[in-house]
Amino acid sequence: MLGLEMKDFRLLLIVIGLTMLAPFILNPFPEGSEMAQFNAGYPDLMQRFVIFGIFAIGFNILFGLTGYLSFGHAAFLGAGSYGAVWMFKLLSMNVLPAIAISVIIAGLFSLLIGFISLRRSGIYFSILTLAFAQMSFALAYSVLTPITGGETGLQLALDDPRIFGASQTATGNIPVPSLFGLEMRSSYELEMGSWLFTFNVGYYLAALFMIIAFYMSIRIFRSPFGMMLRAIKSNQTRMSYTGLNARPYTLAAFVISGMYAGLAGGLMASMDPLAGAERMQWTASGEVVLMTILGGAGTLIGPVLGAGMIKYFENIFSKINETILHGWFAFLPDGLENLVVAMVYPFIGKGWHLTLGIVFMLVVIFLPGGLVQGGQKIAGLFRRKKAEDAKPNATEPAE
Amino acid sequence: MGLLEVKGINKRFGGLQALGDVNLSIEENTTHAIIGPNGAGKSTLLNVLVGKLIPDSGSVMFDGQSVLGRKPHEINQMGISRVFQTPEIFSDLSVFENVMIPCFAKRDGAFRMHAIESIFAERGIQEQADAILADVNMVEKKDMLASSLSRGDKRRLEMAMCLVQDPKLLLLDEPTAGMARADTENTINLLKEIRAQRGITMAIIEHDMNVVFSLAERITVLAQGTPLVEDTPDNIKGHPKVREAYLGEAQV
Repeated sequence: MLGLEMKDFRLLLIVIGLTMLAPFILNPFPEGSEMAQFNAGYPDLMQRFVIFGIFAIGFNILFGLTGYLSFGHAAFLGAGSYGAVWMFKLLSMNVLPAIAISVIIAGLFSLLIGFISLRRSGIYFSILTLAFAQMSFALAYSVLTPITGGETGLQLALDDPRIFGASQTATGNIPVPSLFGLEMRSSYELEMGSWLFTFNVGYYLAALFMIIAFYMSIRIFRSPFGMMLRAIKSNQTRMSYTGLNARPYTLAAFVISGMYAGLAGGLMASMDPLAGAERMQWTASGEVVLMTILGGAGTLIGPVLGAGMIKYFENIFSKINETILHGWFAFLPDGLENLVVAMVYPFIGKGWHLTLGIVFMLVVIFLPGGLVQGGQKIAGLFRRKKAEDAKPNATEPAE
Repeated sequence: MGLLEVKGINKRFGGLQALGDVNLSIEENTTHAIIGPNGAGKSTLLNVLVGKLIPDSGSVMFDGQSVLGRKPHEINQMGISRVFQTPEIFSDLSVFENVMIPCFAKRDGAFRMHAIESIFAERGIQEQADAILADVNMVEKKDMLASSLSRGDKRRLEMAMCLVQDPKLLLLDEPTAGMARADTENTINLLKEIRAQRGITMAIIEHDMNVVFSLAERITVLAQGTPLVEDTPDNIKGHPKVREAYLGEAQV
């Protein structure tokens, strides 16, 4: 199906299903209920899930397949964002040219950085990419202020010389990004009983791009090119003594993953048309490394899961504050309640990083293959149980 | 004019003259062994042939073209394949993938951006890979991870990976080093078979005299970086200079 093996096609269908039904799946709790704060089905967060999913899928093509650990991929995401915002400023508020330019700019930028960084491998490669990304960040923050907006970031203004489209709307506002008039921020809200589901244009556009990105990643994983990338990770000596030149293969993987990052950056700017230098900072590069490893580097679906998990923690766990905790543990005697709240408090709210850190450590120690390996282990347990259950039945007729 | 012509190769590492004026000619369709005591420069010579080391002076011509200054992958594309002392295989890949990769390298050259085509659609490559696995008796292991193979099977796999490219010259660096007696015998038989069926020219660097004398048609004895003598196995056996170089190392 679509040039995929049955197993991969099924995975693609599952991903399509999950992303299309995400507004339902992520909002399992009714509005106003105590659990509603765990709902993740609001546009802003759903957009982030899929956009960072794209970023991580691309990063995984480089890191998961070739084993080259880039610590500077945020630079491409940032470059993509700037490119997209400039397209909004100069050309049109349509998101398609903006996204196209963000992919192209990130591709060229990653070609340059990859060409230099890939002269080294291992830790030296990582340091080179980190150095380039930090240089880009510093440049964007200071010297390149005319292009990047410096500290305040690049924003739309009321006097942008937009070639196709007006500088201002009839009411004197800055126009918003749209797809042929369909505004990214517009949503359709569906009320079912006490449940509220939001279907957002921007989310569905980004989700569509993520599905395409995921499909492309499956194709790459199953292609001779993907096999060569895994061969590079496995044994570079044998690679060159088999008559294969590893450098263009790694460079191609680097540029492809850079373009994925650019696509993510362009989509980010399409959802909210501004771009800041902090998107290029090394913490942002580190985040995508965490996403990929947490979900399972080298697996197809892992990076998407990792991205979703980290974004969920970042946005949901960080919202829980002391008052909410007191509400939860109100049933306990006062002294005990305070003690429990004091104990849990460091792990929520601003302390969500601590929880994420612990989860990350547990995963790396016990599930080096990431969440995907965890899922496989659970599936394996079920299968064994099923087999055991099936056994007595199978032997029955013989008795 | 031999398939491989080495003329006046010199290589110094600091104060050590690793290779001194080495001349060597490997004729097409022969098995040529290069032997010598430890430190004779055998490995240095091999590394020069595959492009890993560049000599200080001299020339290496393969099939009428110079190999000097070329990268290992370019030299492989010219038709020289190498088997390593410890098998170099793609450990994290399946046996089948291991043999598919050299098929791609042979067909598509050092680099081709075939990122959209599916491996499963590459029928021709798969047939080639299946055929070579059948030749080395590893068909039933094709889905195993290469790292889980036994040492002898890893050697067979590496050999298959080289053979599937149909090289003009196969370089073998101590193919039986560290092997048990039975594995050594198996390897000798495998090499004999390859030699008989495919007529591939082979150059073997070897310590084990038993292996050398059961395979080689020509032997070059290297000592202290210089060829001492080159002759047929029978003449080498009784050669006084060889006895001298090997004194105490082996009974030849």
